[in-house]
Amino acid sequence: MALTTAEQPSVRASRAPGIPVKRRGSRRGRRSEAVAGYVFLSPWLLGLMAVTAVPMLLSLYISFTSYDILSPLSEVEWVGLENYKRMFTADPSYWRSVTVTVSFALIAVPLKLAVALGVALLLNRAWRGVGLFRGLFYLPSLIGGSVALAIVWVNMFNREGAFNGFLALFGIEGKPWVNDPTWALETLMVLAIWQFGAPMVIFLAGLKQVPTELYEAASVDGAGRFRQFVSVTLPMLSPVIFFNLVLETINGFQGFTAAFVLSNGTGGPVDSTLMYTLNLYIKGFTDYEMGYASAMAWVFLLAIGIITAVFFTTGRFWVHYSDGDDR
Amino acid sequence: MGAPTLAVSRRPSGVARGIVRTLILVAILGIVLYPLIWMVGTSLKSQTEITSNTGLLPEQFTPSNYTDGWNHFDVSFARFFANSTMVALLTVVGNAASCLVAAYAFARLRFPLRGFWFAIMIGTLLLPQHVLTVPQYILFKQFGWVGGDWPYVPLLVPQFLATEAFFVFLMVQFMRGIPRELDEAAKIDGANAFGIFRYVILPLSRPALVTTAIFSFIWTWNEFFRQLVYLSDLRDYTLPVAMTLFIDSSGQSSIGPMFAMSVLSLLPVFLFFVAFQRMLVEGINTSGLKG
Repeated sequence: MALTTAEQPSVRASRAPGIPVKRRGSRRGRRSEAVAGYVFLSPWLLGLMAVTAVPMLLSLYISFTSYDILSPLSEVEWVGLENYKRMFTADPSYWRSVTVTVSFALIAVPLKLAVALGVALLLNRAWRGVGLFRGLFYLPSLIGGSVALAIVWVNMFNREGAFNGFLALFGIEGKPWVNDPTWALETLMVLAIWQFGAPMVIFLAGLKQVPTELYEAASVDGAGRFRQFVSVTLPMLSPVIFFNLVLETINGFQGFTAAFVLSNGTGGPVDSTLMYTLNLYIKGFTDYEMGYASAMAWVFLLAIGIITAVFFTTGRFWVHYSDGDDR
Repeated sequence: MGAPTLAVSRRPSGVARGIVRTLILVAILGIVLYPLIWMVGTSLKSQTEITSNTGLLPEQFTPSNYTDGWNHFDVSFARFFANSTMVALLTVVGNAASCLVAAYAFARLRFPLRGFWFAIMIGTLLLPQHVLTVPQYILFKQFGWVGGDWPYVPLLVPQFLATEAFFVFLMVQFMRGIPRELDEAAKIDGANAFGIFRYVILPLSRPALVTTAIFSFIWTWNEFFRQLVYLSDLRDYTLPVAMTLFIDSSGQSSIGPMFAMSVLSLLPVFLFFVAFQRMLVEGINTSGLKG
């Protein structure tokens, strides 16, 4: 391919005398730049093919089989749409995990973003210590996804945990919340909200971009603080809100570690913490139903794609990009 | 840095407002830090106290939880720490090198289909990791990498092939800020694309490399799903996988040691946080990153 493009300039140059000769040199330079481009790109390209594209296509194929990982790949049995049919019609645990995941994201993501925005607003107006507060609020986002922290969290909401100790101060008798099917998922939501620091930092950066004149103008027009917030801050911040919403929703759908730790990998109590990814893990790596797990993975991928697309389509109606912004 | 940016209408009540605001922030900070302090406190409580005292501080200082936890399983935690450190450091090297090279191509070189590949790269940013792990496991299993002599191969190979699109993107963004005049100057001095990379881009990309290194280390240190899937022998376990053994064996008896090991395994991340706090916060700012 490189050779044919190399021939082209000279052929064309002889047929079209209008093209300055000088350009030949730059084209040669361009060609060597193209070669260099692919040399530098090659690790990524190899990764894209070998670690992303090929495995994904392979798993698309496997999602139509009853592959069980233990037997050789050459002996897989084609089952057509059986896995997908079972998922949607014959597997209650599947719908259970969809419900758990969706309710987790629907509740935890908005609350997390609300806390992040609220704290960012407070911090944005604080006089001193902003850097210290900002850093310490961010700390949970760094460690909150770890197994170690999840272990601590689960114990904190257990019978002898700090949360019940706190309730006891008010004479309320607590319970082992993590063993209660109606409350177990809520403790994981609180863990997600606790990690509000990452979106908060992004909100803070966004708030710094809002021109002060807008508030001055609003205030001259007699707008109170609340009105300023609704009419200036929110619209000006909408691109950042959008960004955080997309990111946190996608992250929210993928919660695995804490649910695994809380339920010791089962999704319990009574499937109340059976997040989609945990169910995927159980089907693929505990039950060895790789065909079924592949189908689940593909449906998950499609769902994430659709949700992202919906965000971007609806975003057009409420995300405000100020004029002159190069986005 | 901490200057009041929105000194819009500083009414007489401004001081009072400021104090109220600070008090609210301190209260929120208390809630945010409480679990962490409680974790450290509980790791030093005696067994009987863990069930009776839900407060922050131990009445009876019990450092033996740390030695008990360290040797709680057939394999000592020294081994798990060593395994985690090795995986994290190799991931750092792989990510830094492979993502830098790819980012240079995207940010600086013109080649056919660049826009197409760039769009694909951005697309892979949104690929859920769990979705990829299932197919990767199937393929790596065919290669004989799963449970092979050195079980870390499937964990590390992707990291050497620039699959962490986030870091590629971060570095592309960073390199776009390096003045092109430097490239031109190097070109006039006779440097080709490789020379420009070696003498201009590589030295000037140090801040982006450091950010990548820190985030890769912390994320790999905390990463659980893939390590859980690929590591099956106790001696090969990394810290997160080893910590789950405590859950399996969880009677009340092991809570103290379990908390002690939780503290120790979070310690490196905490030290990174103390050392690079500003850089971490700026890092997610400039690139707008996950946390």
